[in-house]
Amino acid sequence: MMKSRIGGLLAATTLAVGMAGPAAAADDTFKIGVITFLSGQAAESFGVPAWNGGKLLVDMLNEGGKLPAPYDKMGFGGMKIEAVIVDEAGGATKQVQEFRNLVQREEVDAVVGYVSSGDCLAVPPVADELKAFTILYDCGTPRVFEDGSYEYVFRTAAHATMDNVSLARYLKSRDFDVPSFAGLNQDYAWGQDSWADFTGAMKQLYPDAEVKTALFPKFGAGQYGTEISALLREKPALVHSSNWGGDLQGFLIQATARGLHKRAQLALAAGDHVIPQLQDKMPDGIFLGARGVNGLAAYARGGELKQLTDTMWDAYEAEYNTFPVQAPFRMWQALFGLKTAVEKAMADNGGTKPTSEELAAAMKGLSWDAPSGRIEMALADGHQAIQPNAIGTTKWNADTGKMELVDVEYYDARCVNPPEGMKSQDWLAQGFPGAECD
Amino acid sequence: MRFNLLLAAVIAFVVLAAGSVILPDWAMFLFAMALAKGLVCLGIVGMMRGGVVSFGQGLYYCLGAYTATLVANNLGVSDIFLLTLLSSAVCLLVGMAFGPLLSSYRGIFFAMLSLALSMVLYGSLSKMSFIGGTDGLNIAAPTFLGWAPEGRPLQMALYIYVVAIVVIAGVLMRIYFDSERGLLTLATRDNELRVEYLGASVRNVMTYNYVFGAVLGGIGGTIAALALGHVDPEFAFWTTSGEFVFVAILAGSLSVPSVFVAAIILELVRSFSNLYFPNTWQLALGIFLLAVIVVLPKGLGSLVSRRKGSPA
Repeated sequence: MMKSRIGGLLAATTLAVGMAGPAAAADDTFKIGVITFLSGQAAESFGVPAWNGGKLLVDMLNEGGKLPAPYDKMGFGGMKIEAVIVDEAGGATKQVQEFRNLVQREEVDAVVGYVSSGDCLAVPPVADELKAFTILYDCGTPRVFEDGSYEYVFRTAAHATMDNVSLARYLKSRDFDVPSFAGLNQDYAWGQDSWADFTGAMKQLYPDAEVKTALFPKFGAGQYGTEISALLREKPALVHSSNWGGDLQGFLIQATARGLHKRAQLALAAGDHVIPQLQDKMPDGIFLGARGVNGLAAYARGGELKQLTDTMWDAYEAEYNTFPVQAPFRMWQALFGLKTAVEKAMADNGGTKPTSEELAAAMKGLSWDAPSGRIEMALADGHQAIQPNAIGTTKWNADTGKMELVDVEYYDARCVNPPEGMKSQDWLAQGFPGAECD
Repeated sequence: MRFNLLLAAVIAFVVLAAGSVILPDWAMFLFAMALAKGLVCLGIVGMMRGGVVSFGQGLYYCLGAYTATLVANNLGVSDIFLLTLLSSAVCLLVGMAFGPLLSSYRGIFFAMLSLALSMVLYGSLSKMSFIGGTDGLNIAAPTFLGWAPEGRPLQMALYIYVVAIVVIAGVLMRIYFDSERGLLTLATRDNELRVEYLGASVRNVMTYNYVFGAVLGGIGGTIAALALGHVDPEFAFWTTSGEFVFVAILAGSLSVPSVFVAAIILELVRSFSNLYFPNTWQLALGIFLLAVIVVLPKGLGSLVSRRKGSPA
């Protein structure tokens, strides 16, 4: 009777699982579930620095009074912040399961996470089903809110269209001559979408520029010998790449060894995050974006947000012995947004811990300040953020032993993001209608 | 024998279905996913009995999931019974096309060929940006013969549906394993030549096992897609297939229910290690698998069968 024996075993497991009670957060703590890459290719580039920055900010907020106004109040509206961390590695299937576990087993009050676009597409329907307040903090694909609409899901970072539009605008505003260009992007949705956005923007700003070649090496290829030979042979004036992490480091080191950066201008849509690893091996004169006014571009900006930016920057440098790149900035803007939303909801409901509904109502259309600039939830009926962007040129400072960003151009959020109600592909194809570039 | 089997099936169904009341939401979802994956693994166990292991069962898992998703999104079909039927039909056809080809290969050649086929699907889907490329696409929640539940009732309905399929598939596979052809599979593993000399066709037996695996994979993929609400090419990636093989090894080929128990245990271990050791969960999972293989080389099923005193 092995079936019934195993049935008995199953029943025991069932009971044991049923009795392991969830650990609901008390009223004086606000529990967030954080999902980010702790292993795999995206860990070193995005996941780990993002949570390093997040952990730092949570500690600073829990201590209270460490940050300039309006973030000087302790925790989230006086509540202590407690974080549960989950590794994003393992694919969308695992993430949907982990999301349910966080919400239903750990009973978190909000979920902040997701670097991978696939996860960002898979999780929102579940978040709405469970009525769980969720912030997508990093992922790039515009499809999340262009193909669907969700009540409890918000993305506090601009989508990836901005990165490549800004790059094209940078070329134009610096009067860079582009008779021809080529691309080298990773062969998966991110690389394919980035190249489509870049060529779409170039078609508007440089209608005569010729596309020499579009190369799509495998994700995680590591070796770019053939591709670099092809680029040297085609002689484009500009080479676009949205590569990230090890793929970008590999490409840059192999390309500089063969002098590609001297024969063609390199333009990297999201390249700032490899500077801490490459240091002076990163060639001078590369046009570089950071998916927002993040990292070096934020440090160089100054202005009203200087105090906030410098506080975070110095704390990060002191703690981790390296400067913060784009990922911690995006984590910070998500957490600052969440703090603002929680406190707004508490002001409306009389000071009790807000429910998911109250949080969603407070977050909708919200705007707040972050080290990366003013974040506005302006798209997708108040669920998708727009933010300013910056592109600069790399220059190694041999005296200080640090990489600097020079000739930085800052773009208003409404100049490089599509207006409400328009899909990014249509916006590119129609020549940026409604763009407001001072 | 048949009566015992029926009784065991009824008991298994009642015990599992009771989970829809007892289990908290998160565990019910985890069990439903584990059982859906268990179906795929059951197909691998069927092949393992004949001495071959498919490292490409992700092919049918993914094919089933994408068939259901594309049909649901483009033809507006949302009935879970119809979707399951359609995707298992597609997997049956594909399985019947590849089965005869693969059935003459053994050992590493069978494993690699099946792996190659699933990676071809992975590569093709990744390139098709009009159906989402590597990011995949979403599928809406299913309906049950016109009934469209939401929230916990939806999870309960899905769970009972997968439990019913698991019990039916488990019983059918048990009957098949004990049938003449099923026993020939075991004989094939021991001595293929002798089976041929006895007048049976080994290729025929292997093809049957492969086709059953294909259909089970398709059903598992369909249920997984409907439960998750999202499919991506990762369903066909070799790591997904590798996970199915892990479960099959964990379960061993001696007992059918142990496949599903193994699938549930793996999901539970993964879920909790992921939470308690966010930085080293892969290591924790690896140690667990290694420990099971060292302690129970014939799989979980040997725990039960050893006591019974007779293998299989």
